[in-house]
Amino acid sequence: MLSYVLRRLITAVLILFGASFIVYMMTALSGDPLGDLYGVPNSERLIAARVEALNLDTPPVLRYFDWLGGALGCLAPFAATCDLGVTVEGQQVTGLLAAAVVQTLLLVTAGTVLAIVVGITLGIVSALRQYSGLDYTVTFFTFLCFSLPSFWLAVLLKEFAAISFNNFLLDPVVSWATVLGVSAVVGLGWYVASYGARRTRLLLGATGFVLTAAVLWFLLATDWFQQPALGIPLIALTGVLVAVVATFLLAGLRNRRALYGGLATVGAGLLLYFPVQGLFAQGGLGVVVLLLAATTALGAGIGRLSGGYDRGQNVRVGAVTGLLVMGLVVLDRFMQSWPQYLDHGRIRGRPIATAGSTTPGMSGDFWMTGLDLFTHLLLPTIALTLLALASYSRYSRASMLEIMNQDYVRTARAKGVSERSVVMRHAFRNALIPLATLVAYDIGALIGGAIITEQVFAFTGMGNLFVNSVHNVDPNPVMGVFLVTGIVAMVFNLLADLVYSVLDPRVRVKA
Amino acid sequence: MSQYFPGQVPGDPESTVDEAADDRPHTAPGETPEQTRGRSQGQLVRRRFLHNTAAVVSLAALTFVVLLSVTSIGVGPVPGWWKWDPTTTGPLLAGGAPTMGLDPLRIGDHPFGQDNLGRDLFAMTMQGTQYSLLVMFIVGVVAGLVGTVVGGVAGYFRGLTEAVLMRLTDVIIIIPLVIIAALLGKMASEYVRRQGWPTSATVVVLGLLIGAASWPALARLVRGEFLSLREREFVDAARLAGASSGRIIFRHILPNTVGVITVNVTLLMSSAILLETALSYLGFGVQAPDWSLGRLISANQTAFVTRPWLFWWPGVFIVTIALTINFVGDGLRDAFDPRQRKFNPKKAREAALPAEDAAERTGSTAVAGDGAPR
Repeated sequence: MLSYVLRRLITAVLILFGASFIVYMMTALSGDPLGDLYGVPNSERLIAARVEALNLDTPPVLRYFDWLGGALGCLAPFAATCDLGVTVEGQQVTGLLAAAVVQTLLLVTAGTVLAIVVGITLGIVSALRQYSGLDYTVTFFTFLCFSLPSFWLAVLLKEFAAISFNNFLLDPVVSWATVLGVSAVVGLGWYVASYGARRTRLLLGATGFVLTAAVLWFLLATDWFQQPALGIPLIALTGVLVAVVATFLLAGLRNRRALYGGLATVGAGLLLYFPVQGLFAQGGLGVVVLLLAATTALGAGIGRLSGGYDRGQNVRVGAVTGLLVMGLVVLDRFMQSWPQYLDHGRIRGRPIATAGSTTPGMSGDFWMTGLDLFTHLLLPTIALTLLALASYSRYSRASMLEIMNQDYVRTARAKGVSERSVVMRHAFRNALIPLATLVAYDIGALIGGAIITEQVFAFTGMGNLFVNSVHNVDPNPVMGVFLVTGIVAMVFNLLADLVYSVLDPRVRVKA
Repeated sequence: MSQYFPGQVPGDPESTVDEAADDRPHTAPGETPEQTRGRSQGQLVRRRFLHNTAAVVSLAALTFVVLLSVTSIGVGPVPGWWKWDPTTTGPLLAGGAPTMGLDPLRIGDHPFGQDNLGRDLFAMTMQGTQYSLLVMFIVGVVAGLVGTVVGGVAGYFRGLTEAVLMRLTDVIIIIPLVIIAALLGKMASEYVRRQGWPTSATVVVLGLLIGAASWPALARLVRGEFLSLREREFVDAARLAGASSGRIIFRHILPNTVGVITVNVTLLMSSAILLETALSYLGFGVQAPDWSLGRLISANQTAFVTRPWLFWWPGVFIVTIALTINFVGDGLRDAFDPRQRKFNPKKAREAALPAEDAAERTGSTAVAGDGAPR
């Protein structure tokens, strides 16, 4: 195992050397680095200065080795010898890169997680309902996402999800026709997504229609868009729903103890509602994380105490419920700050942002800055989620279909295991194994893949740094971006192979 | 259907059901013997592909887009049937709004509208479609050729050749495609400018360069196929019979990898058109005064609030092309690899019906692309 990892690492380093040489030469040869200086006043002096600063008199091949010498200094731990060169404007690449990496991570994290969760869910569900209307709809939808140009989708989102929605917020009035239309569409969605006898499906579709209309009416009647709030009743309602769903998925509704444990956790979370408001007033991220961890542990404890024949299931149900209920309480606290955020002088009632990662000049407590980050990340996250969703859903569907046809699944059914258990325990877990590889590869590729999304939403991340540098024929920052993406991709590829052999004992790495 | 097909699992429940449907005419009474003859692999693949509604519809739509873009404004010196060309400016009619409409059904002078200089957006979109499709096809051909050759040579000859070629593949695949393509695009436009060629040459150079960068994934797949195929008995038999390496590769191995190559080149082309439009959007692709679908969107995105039609149509064409190619690729995959074939519950139900009843139905379904008349 160790020798395998070592061998892989040595190969990886050699490959990185080769690839970095190619990228450096391509950037250096892709144009004239002095192109912007011709014909400007003082051009001779400026040209001489840039030639001096970037060492342009030496051939690119030698400059590459010069750069390499500086870059190898980054390997020495804790020594300030890291030197990735300077840009054409004379800034240090290391500093620029550090700032850019933070921005890129900020941009892609939520989108990646959401794409993985939603994509896998869609894939599994459509595999379970193979060749149903739902399956065809999901398939078409994922193909559509797969074919969307990111810049087009991003501009559409800017127009419809930001500008139009902001206009709507200024005057949140919706006609009854719209409400009924939206409800009809949602009801149709319920009908398509459901299965079974036609009467059941029609009934479910009608339920969906009525429910949506009622929710919309409630939201409009309480002016919810201007002053969103969950409050104790809604937290209780959603919490009970969470407990029931968690029990259904993780333990099965026949395990009453698990259900009672979950419901008790919801009660405990509600009891905590008022005490934690005081904590929220002074605290920030640390308090939120601590509270989430604490309620997760509390839920697990309640689950364990509730006893029954399988305490492990109860613990899982309780933990998930506890986490989500506290999440709802935190969400409620964010919503309390929403009117204040809307009225802020820099927002002026148009919350959804289309560019950048923060509102310039925005100041406020943790909740305000959190909301600001949310409104800025909302659109890019939706765009990235939609774009990355397709491959996860296709792969998980294929993987799940293959697993569901395996003999051991038939065996499980034959011995009378419940359908929930077959799906969640026997099939789902094993279907995730090939996806682990895909996720690892994707994370490696994603760091460099958000270039266009960054560009459209004016994030000053690595994509922005890269595009500007290529326009300026500036090799050093391009190399910086490539180094980060290349190393991340290498590491995650190695991780993917190692994780695979852990997850699937049939696969062994060649030691 | 006794013919061998690579990768087909005899016990596969899906294929058994479909097999029953396929065999139905053979068992139907009153048949002449010549109708029971086997079909070639090409015929089988074609039949399966034509049974896939989504793929056939997509292929038709793609053909329509290609024909529309080529005939409307013509190619090079050959004029098309559309009255405007992408460069002629003119007076703005009705603020440049699209004249196309459904009520009453009309096309009008500028069906997609005009840009702020009065140029006809339909003509511009058609030129963009032509160039984007051209880049896509060049990328497909170049990447397909290079990938197949590299993967095939590496997989067949093994040893030092394989080591060198696959390390080269590793080196290129580690550079994110957007990064390498952006650099190549920049080099392409720079090179064309320096050579003093007409700007439209950028399109071809761009296609060649992107193709030269996007072959590694295909090479890995083809190598894998070659590795497993070269160990098979029929290759051993050919070698014992004295066949040369060239003959073994071209006669015995390559035909068996056609499925993998076709499917992946198709999917590669759908990502190539997205890549090209993205590059043109960033300014590293097709350069002014030529239009690509990406450059149209990039040039017009600031006008989105006031003149959204400038932005809608190029995007619709990108999505249409990419979507149809994806569906065609998916259909090809199902056709080449029957294990992942679509299971048609209606057909299975028909197969379960009594034979004479089924024979009747065959006549009626033959219209829906059931293949050769029986």
